[in-house]
Amino acid sequence: MLTELEQKVIRGLQRDLPVTARPFQEVAQELGLSEAELTVIIRRLMDQGYIRRFGATIRHRLSGFQANAMVAWSVPADQIEQVGTLMAACREVTHCYERQTSDTWPYNLYTMIHGKTQAECEDIAQSLAAAAGIRDYVLLFSDAELKKTTMRYFQE
Amino acid sequence: MTTQPNAQLDDVDKAILNLIQSSFPITPRPYAAVGEKVGLAEDEVVARVQRLVRDGVIRRIGANFNSRRLGYTSTLCAAEVPEEQIDRFIAVVNQYPGVTHNYLRRHRLNVWFTLIAENTERLAAILEEMQTQSGIAKIYSFPANRIFKIQVDFAL
Repeated sequence: MLTELEQKVIRGLQRDLPVTARPFQEVAQELGLSEAELTVIIRRLMDQGYIRRFGATIRHRLSGFQANAMVAWSVPADQIEQVGTLMAACREVTHCYERQTSDTWPYNLYTMIHGKTQAECEDIAQSLAAAAGIRDYVLLFSDAELKKTTMRYFQE
Repeated sequence: MTTQPNAQLDDVDKAILNLIQSSFPITPRPYAAVGEKVGLAEDEVVARVQRLVRDGVIRRIGANFNSRRLGYTSTLCAAEVPEEQIDRFIAVVNQYPGVTHNYLRRHRLNVWFTLIAENTERLAAILEEMQTQSGIAKIYSFPANRIFKIQVDFAL
């Protein structure tokens, strides 16, 4: 369970860190904490898995991976463990989730694939399909980013 | 924000980015620690990071939380939205702070977004509201059963 202080720190960390020599000082002041207290709590939240990662988020387009595709796969239930593990091990796959399906949507495994071009994403999907022995899949290329933001937790 | 697909990143920029993506120092003077590793003074590192933010190479610097660990629930949603109703649908969906990513994708199911909520009841209620307000009768929800991989760092 999170203490009230930890929840307060989580709220305080939902803004972007200022790029200054002492970025934690500004956040600590807002929270009425010392810099040292704040950094100790942040490290604890990281150790306990509440914070998955702390640091800079780079725009993909600038990392040389200009194209991305979400690929939805229909994987037999008894192969999901093996196929999910195989795809997750691929360097070009950044996200791999097993998800629930619906009557008209049989796809139960999702991967985000990053490549230099759309054609490269298609090639990667094809190799993954061959390696995993999965024939039923759809590539979902994005035409527009409609929203990208970070969640605000514990807002009253 | 406009980003330059071929932003000029020198080796020092890349070294800094690699460090602050995956191991941002949680210490009072993080950029001094980064500077020691890349052979620059603290103020030079700060100036470079400020430039990288200004140029749009860095999207943000801060904490990325594990929503599940924080007790929240999340799902991937999709809908088939006729062209002439897209603007309205997006306006309805994007007003919820729990919608953190939303993309137009090339498929019959053409709008895909992620939704985070305090609990499953609230999540179901939000989906109901979205359907009522937008007039799109069916929003699919594909919650994750299992996460095989989340990799948000890009080695530069």
